[in-house]
Amino acid sequence: MTGAGLDLTGLVVGFARTLRHAGVEAGPDRVQTMLRAVDALGGTTARHLYWAGRQTLCAEPDDIRIYDAAFAAYFGGQRPQRGTPLNPAATLPSVAAPYTSGPPGDSADDGDEPQVLGLSASTVEILRRRDFALLTPTERAEVRRLLALLGPKTATRRSRRRQPAARGEIDPNRTVRAALTRAGEPTRLARRRRVERPRRLVLLIDVSGSMSPYADALLRFAHAAVRTRPTRTEVFTLGTRLTRITRALRHRDADAALHAASTAIPDWHGGTRLADALQAFLDRWGQRGTARGAIVVMFSDGWERGDPTALAQRTHRLARLAYRLIWVNPHRGKDGFAPLAGGMAAALPHLDEFVAGHTVAALDELVRVIAK
Amino acid sequence: MGRVTTSLPESPAALADALASTGYLADEGLATAGFLALTLGRPLFLEGEAGVGKTAFAQALAVATGARFVRLQCYEGLDAAQALYDWDFPRQILHLRAAEAAASGQQIDAAVLEAGLYDRRFLIARPLLQALEHSPCVLLVDEVDRADDEFEAFLLETLAEAAITIPEIGRIVAETPPLTVLTSNRTREVHDALKRRCLYHWVEHPEFDREVAILRERLPQITRRLAEQVAAAAGRMRELDLIKPPGVAESIDWAGALVALGARDLDPDRAAATLGAVLKYREDVARVRAGLDDLVAAQP
Repeated sequence: MTGAGLDLTGLVVGFARTLRHAGVEAGPDRVQTMLRAVDALGGTTARHLYWAGRQTLCAEPDDIRIYDAAFAAYFGGQRPQRGTPLNPAATLPSVAAPYTSGPPGDSADDGDEPQVLGLSASTVEILRRRDFALLTPTERAEVRRLLALLGPKTATRRSRRRQPAARGEIDPNRTVRAALTRAGEPTRLARRRRVERPRRLVLLIDVSGSMSPYADALLRFAHAAVRTRPTRTEVFTLGTRLTRITRALRHRDADAALHAASTAIPDWHGGTRLADALQAFLDRWGQRGTARGAIVVMFSDGWERGDPTALAQRTHRLARLAYRLIWVNPHRGKDGFAPLAGGMAAALPHLDEFVAGHTVAALDELVRVIAK
Repeated sequence: MGRVTTSLPESPAALADALASTGYLADEGLATAGFLALTLGRPLFLEGEAGVGKTAFAQALAVATGARFVRLQCYEGLDAAQALYDWDFPRQILHLRAAEAAASGQQIDAAVLEAGLYDRRFLIARPLLQALEHSPCVLLVDEVDRADDEFEAFLLETLAEAAITIPEIGRIVAETPPLTVLTSNRTREVHDALKRRCLYHWVEHPEFDREVAILRERLPQITRRLAEQVAAAAGRMRELDLIKPPGVAESIDWAGALVALGARDLDPDRAAATLGAVLKYREDVARVRAGLDDLVAAQP
């Protein structure tokens, strides 16, 4: 490599670091590929660098938006700094980690809290039925442990794939193959049958301001679901925009996973544009196949600032794509609840199930509904 | 690199020219992606809306580089017997019976007969094996997201080695590794291990000028004015938030339908009559039909 090449290596490595801070997984092997790509293009003009980097460092369409911003920032002169993530969409509000504090009024009571919860079965039973919005910090810790124990599993469907089995239809290929070793005499019929596969589980979590008391618990539920079936579960958050957090939630440790997820969500506790976010989900994921034949669970209180008929239309479309559409509304479990929120009333006719999700017990019930 | 084909282009622009001579008009990004895949010997992972020309790109690439084109369409349940090779069992049995009949009472040499059973002529080459046996070759693995995870792991192994081992015959190694193009519609996330080995490119809808050029390339009889109107209308439809926005494939179909009707420019009546060629949902058709006059008058 020439002297100019050495500079290039440093430049590219620095750029990759910027990208990683911004949330694109540009690992060392990808960086190496980029260097080879730049070399192959035989020049280091901005255009060469742009395309070589985009095609080697990015891995999905969401990366490209970040890449473009990072490219402009980095090669526009901004040096990468450790610990200051580049925010690709500068207009979005920055994120605060929402998990550390309980409801503001509870801090004074802390001293009176029993330090050891969960010793007796009855305490657990009470906690299981306590609304997430009303928990004290100590109870919250215990509830988090209970949530981690949930393991939502979807029902299975018959797959196209077949496997050898003792009973079932005759497998002509294996039968003839076995016969060939006996000079063409079929002595035994080999059999096969279809494999059962779990259905995909898609969780759509409303993270707007009105849902904030429940966000932590619901994300933990989502984490438990992803941990149970990592490749068959997809999690998205809906607020003013759509964010896919499946990857962040794959982390084994719940707190680390939630931290990663909260960093990924740009519209935490913002307003609700449920219909638009749902539209984004349908266009970018649902219609293509993520929702097809899947069990889709929507966690939302149905507060919609936009037009409720748009939400009704999109819920209907989602219901047609999905195998089952389950709506979880935390307010459902409360006394005197009626689905009066404009969006909720509009969506209601298209749902297969409508359940509560405000306590551990209610989420436990949801696990049963999902498995049905 | 080991990849030497007779017509390896020298630059992305040269590849774009070669593709253009086959009738495929690639933009700068796609040409660069194709060039890098050829030069670095990496598989190319293409994503994009349906109908933006991912499959057509692989076909054009094969023609442009003088390589054989092999396509593997993925679907759920796809397994090695359908993707790689399979033994032709009926022919093997026939071979046995014929040998028996020919021997008619004399001793048959079992070892010779058995060795004859696993001859290459009884092997049915499925797409992956075809791609390894015929170099140079462009292998299109279409809609890889439709296959299940097990197949992905298997594909990864074959791609990494550009070779397969058939127990009865031995190892088959590609003379030059096939240029592999994978496409995905993102119905599920493809495993990182597979993506990491690939160059990644997101194929966009073409901009107005390119779409006009594509239409005129594909439909020689089309008038310039009609091509421009169709491209402008298609561009407008993509902004309309439809359930299925039209891709280039649909605008070519639409323009083709209009040309077949003898249209020289776009008028609301003919547009309404042919909307089925470009829109595939009843809701979309209803929506576009309501604003048809604006659409026909659309400017790029």
